[in-house]
Amino acid sequence: MRAFSYERANDPAHAATRAAAVSGAKFIAGGTNLLDLMKLEIETPAHLIDVSGTGLERIEETADGGLRIGAFVSNTDLAADSRVRRDYPVLTRALVAGASGQLRNKATTGGNLLQRTRCPYFYDTAQPCNKRDPGAGCGALTEGAFSRQLGIIGTSDACIATHPSDMAVAMRALDASVETVTSTGATRRISLDEFHRLPGETPEIETVLDAGEMITAVTLPAPIGGRQAYQKVRDRASYAFALVSVALVRQPDGTGRVALGGVAPKPWRRADADAELPNGAHAVMAKLLAGARPTEENAFKVALAERTLAAMLAED
Amino acid sequence: MEFNRPAGQNLFDKARIVGKPHTRVDAPLKVTGTAPYAYERNDVVRSHLVGYPIGSEIAKGKITAIDAGAARKAPGVRVVITTLEIEPLGIWNYNVARLFGGNVVEHYQQAIAVVVADTFEQARAAAHLVNVTYEIDEDAEFDLDAAFARLEGTGEPSTNVGDFDAAFADAPVTLDEMYRTPSQTHAMMEPHASIVDWSDGGEMTVWTSNQMIEWNRQALATTFSIDPDTIRVESPYIGGGFGGKLWLRADAVLAALGSRATGQPVKLALPRPFMMNNTTHRSATVQRIRLGATRDGKLTAIGHEAASHTLPGGRGENATAQTPYFYAGENRRVMHHLVDMHLPEASDMRAPGEASGLMALEIAMDEMAEKLGIDPVEFRILNDTQVNPSKPSVPFSERHFVECLRRGAEKFGWADRNMTPGGRREGQWLIGHGMAGAYRGNLTLPSGARARLSDGKLIIETDMTDIGTGSYTIIAETAAETMGLSMDAVEVRLGNSAWPVSSGSGGQFGASSSTAGVYAACLALRDEIAERIGAQEAEFRDGNVVAGNTATPLSEIDGELVGEDTMTFGKFHTEEYLMATFGAHFVEVGVHIGTGETRLRRMLAVCDSGRILNPVTARSQVLGGMVMGIGAALSEHLATDTGRGFFVNHDLAGYEVAVHADIPEQEVVFLDTLDPVATPLKSKGVGELGICGVAAAIANAAYNASGVRVRDYPITLDRMIDRLPAI
Amino acid sequence: MSPPIEYELRRRTFLAGAATLTASTALPWTANAKESGMQTANAEPVGPETSRISLRVNGESRTLELDNRTSLLDALREHMGLTGTKKGCDHGQCGACTVSVNGQRINSCLSLAVMHEGDEVTTIEGLGTPDDLHPMQAAFAEHDGFQCGYCTPGQICSATAVLEEIKAGVPSYVTGDLTGPIEMSDAEIRERMSGNICRCGAYSNILAAINDVAES
Repeated sequence: MRAFSYERANDPAHAATRAAAVSGAKFIAGGTNLLDLMKLEIETPAHLIDVSGTGLERIEETADGGLRIGAFVSNTDLAADSRVRRDYPVLTRALVAGASGQLRNKATTGGNLLQRTRCPYFYDTAQPCNKRDPGAGCGALTEGAFSRQLGIIGTSDACIATHPSDMAVAMRALDASVETVTSTGATRRISLDEFHRLPGETPEIETVLDAGEMITAVTLPAPIGGRQAYQKVRDRASYAFALVSVALVRQPDGTGRVALGGVAPKPWRRADADAELPNGAHAVMAKLLAGARPTEENAFKVALAERTLAAMLAED
Repeated sequence: MEFNRPAGQNLFDKARIVGKPHTRVDAPLKVTGTAPYAYERNDVVRSHLVGYPIGSEIAKGKITAIDAGAARKAPGVRVVITTLEIEPLGIWNYNVARLFGGNVVEHYQQAIAVVVADTFEQARAAAHLVNVTYEIDEDAEFDLDAAFARLEGTGEPSTNVGDFDAAFADAPVTLDEMYRTPSQTHAMMEPHASIVDWSDGGEMTVWTSNQMIEWNRQALATTFSIDPDTIRVESPYIGGGFGGKLWLRADAVLAALGSRATGQPVKLALPRPFMMNNTTHRSATVQRIRLGATRDGKLTAIGHEAASHTLPGGRGENATAQTPYFYAGENRRVMHHLVDMHLPEASDMRAPGEASGLMALEIAMDEMAEKLGIDPVEFRILNDTQVNPSKPSVPFSERHFVECLRRGAEKFGWADRNMTPGGRREGQWLIGHGMAGAYRGNLTLPSGARARLSDGKLIIETDMTDIGTGSYTIIAETAAETMGLSMDAVEVRLGNSAWPVSSGSGGQFGASSSTAGVYAACLALRDEIAERIGAQEAEFRDGNVVAGNTATPLSEIDGELVGEDTMTFGKFHTEEYLMATFGAHFVEVGVHIGTGETRLRRMLAVCDSGRILNPVTARSQVLGGMVMGIGAALSEHLATDTGRGFFVNHDLAGYEVAVHADIPEQEVVFLDTLDPVATPLKSKGVGELGICGVAAAIANAAYNASGVRVRDYPITLDRMIDRLPAI
Repeated sequence: MSPPIEYELRRRTFLAGAATLTASTALPWTANAKESGMQTANAEPVGPETSRISLRVNGESRTLELDNRTSLLDALREHMGLTGTKKGCDHGQCGACTVSVNGQRINSCLSLAVMHEGDEVTTIEGLGTPDDLHPMQAAFAEHDGFQCGYCTPGQICSATAVLEEIKAGVPSYVTGDLTGPIEMSDAEIRERMSGNICRCGAYSNILAAINDVAES
């Protein structure tokens, strides 16, 4: 971990201004992913702006009947919120599927969206990685590499990393938006679908955020009801990243929404796949995973995603 | 004293303490965080510096340059020592790769430099400033399957009895299958760590985390070409080992070099993401098993050919270890190929050999039972043997495998299981049952101890270690029993090279060997006490030494009396008997019909290990083995990058050991057996038996549940997903 | 039967040079030469690299001058002499470093000490001593809820927090009804304790110890 200077911010707009002004600055809130990466010098900020005291840890009801979740609401507090449990159960289920109790107490809503991939080639600084070191090549795509956990869709020849979040998969199914404040003090709202970028030729750029721009909240539209479920498939029973995860919202008439985790560089959902839900899991996945480009080692995720959804639908 | 014939009736047959449940004597320290582990010896080491290791980024080749200029100028840095500046250090008997020195890279993350700084933060940051240039040697193979295909059928069998080929060809029922087990890592919770004070280049003191104090001292002497008598090693508390801390490793070597260079004590812990490639691991195996049997279920031909990888000169993982001995059968051929590979150093991990071998053999037995239409428990009973089947003139010292099977089947309700694979469903879970036999050889090693009696307090000193096994407690029990004292009157001091050399902890030899050594030392002390009170014969009970009609409290014996001895084991042990431990595992699993995830629902182990010295700690050892067996069955897998030659998932997020949520209701039954051939306490090891066979029992249950037979571990859903029944 | 989902397997590239280089051909390769993280390359700290922090640990006020990089874990172990909290992985992957901060359990390895100004920290040393064990410590001793002892302080700190979390109605992955009270079940305890790895495999005994305390 490189030496860094440290300041506490108490105002989001001021924090954003500082972050844009100071070379090598980064925000820190929960720190559960950033410090992990700083220890390995995958992240090397020269200056940390502690934004945990900026007053963004409230969950408020919005005028249109939805919820506005402050960026620094912890994963635990969000999962335990009675409105979330009642009206957005898929979000609670996804949150408690992630990490461990200790980590969820520290991890924040904004940080969760910004967490970086768990690709082992990204994590090992002796290995080539286009995301960590643009132009170095992708270690996971060379002969003999281990790619079982990695992405099957939305990936590129430069990068097959996945986004590791569970929370974001449920939020995607709920049509969440991200609110930010920019370095000029302006605010903007970005749909979660547009928030994460696909890797293409520039896997090092993961979101649409500008320099210094800070997440202030995630908003959820008014509750949509239906049966909501989140199933996370993994090798061990807990405290593991997903091989595949499925967020499902299903209305009594059989329509609904499906989002996938563990398969792509962002929470993966398509409107045309949602539309197939009344026709069953195979029809959904034929759309949702159309054009998938798995490796030999992770091609099983195609069948796994379909079977997982099929099992969830069969539970109704 | 030498143990040179089977034990007769002795004091342990009327034991008050040994064999009874006792909570650990070190429990109050461990549950309060006050037991000092290697990196925490603030009680004895002050003003130390901190070291941080740097490892090779290639698997095989040479280092042509190391630029440490920026690191040396970094804040707080006292010294950077690179491998290019040090003559190749010596390599002790059981180490394979060189721990430091010279320009040759033998494996990924082999230590190539160390940074020593005032603080951990400074050392870690400076380590990232070191630039290394390599010359890669491309002549390296990392594919064990390819190696097995090349080597199969070549070389000399280790066991070749009867005529395997003819018997297999003639057998009416045969099985011929391939099985694979992955490389595994110990992943003990405490990383390898040492503090070394070699400030003046004279005496070296090493506070470390090591299972084998004397091996460690000898290895340090060889590595640094110094007199072992100038080295003191202390390791009183060890945060787990499982074989990964049998050896001197880079932590102590780098700390010693750093201390010598700076003239101050240096402490160094291996960073977790560095450990899995830098230290040792259990090698992957590829195994071909062929079984031939008569229609009524008698095995007539047993063929087991396996391969594992190793650095040149190492030992690999001999998965055929049990096959010469476990089951009857007149014709067998057993062979293990050691394949040279520049992966990190393969070495021992809990039950080396049998753990991997039984993962395959016990699936094969299940498959054969199915082909024969015989219950798998009965099939194993049919093929029991009371003698070494590869050398029938040698009997097992004690073998109660059949009783393990019968007791387990009864207790588990084996008869009630569904016998049609894929035939039982509860909601979305397919429910299955499986079992496997367990076999682990039993070793004893010479073990010494010193017993001091001072003011009624008995102090036991030995370089024996407690890696979580319960040594402190069973040694206290043995000493209290032998001296007729209560447990509170005994203090046990372990893990210091200043004390008599013991067996150490490994190979499940520690408990039985070290308690025998403590018994010998206590007998020597009893002689001293008897002599002091002028008695020819004396008994020791209730805190007294009793001679004739006179009872003298031990607390009234003036001054200090000392008994010291080493228990050695005569040749009869290995020449006249075959000694082993046995067990049977029964498990119930659920396989999710949609996802193929396999989860445990209940587990039972029945063990035959001779006298159980302390049912509390022995049970915990077996429970722990079962937990590690769950990991081995379902998730543990050091993924090899066969292009670059390294283990990819080298941290505790990528390498998935079992967590709380993986663990079902577990039960352990110990048969009430004694093995007089083993030691005067008639006890054998149990800590490694606990893992043997567990994974196969789970594999067999997963098959019974799903109808999908998986022969490659771990049994992850991707190996099942395309063969699962319709949802 | 519907047609399978079509996909195309991604091709692997060969290692640079591997296909053309013969045995023991030199391939010079300098690693670690590049800066990582685009926007941070070559940036320098803009203020002090150390900070003075004050916090309460086990009821005692502490003020320390620390390198900003110091984790809460290292602050406890290296600067306050509280070595009961263990470093198993230093990356939030094992739970050995679990402590309570302001009443919530966290991984102290993934938290900067400098971010704990004014916080209340409770470590294993704050629960009990060998002569005066906390009920959870006593239950771990009684049920043999450990072997090597290294993960134990983290397990115990987590265990006390888990009982509070269940009482407080914080849901877990195995909670059935998200809107009702949460039952103190084996499954709930196992799931919530899953962030504390015990390689010795004392899980069943740990569960027994926690149940013992939960029932009393």
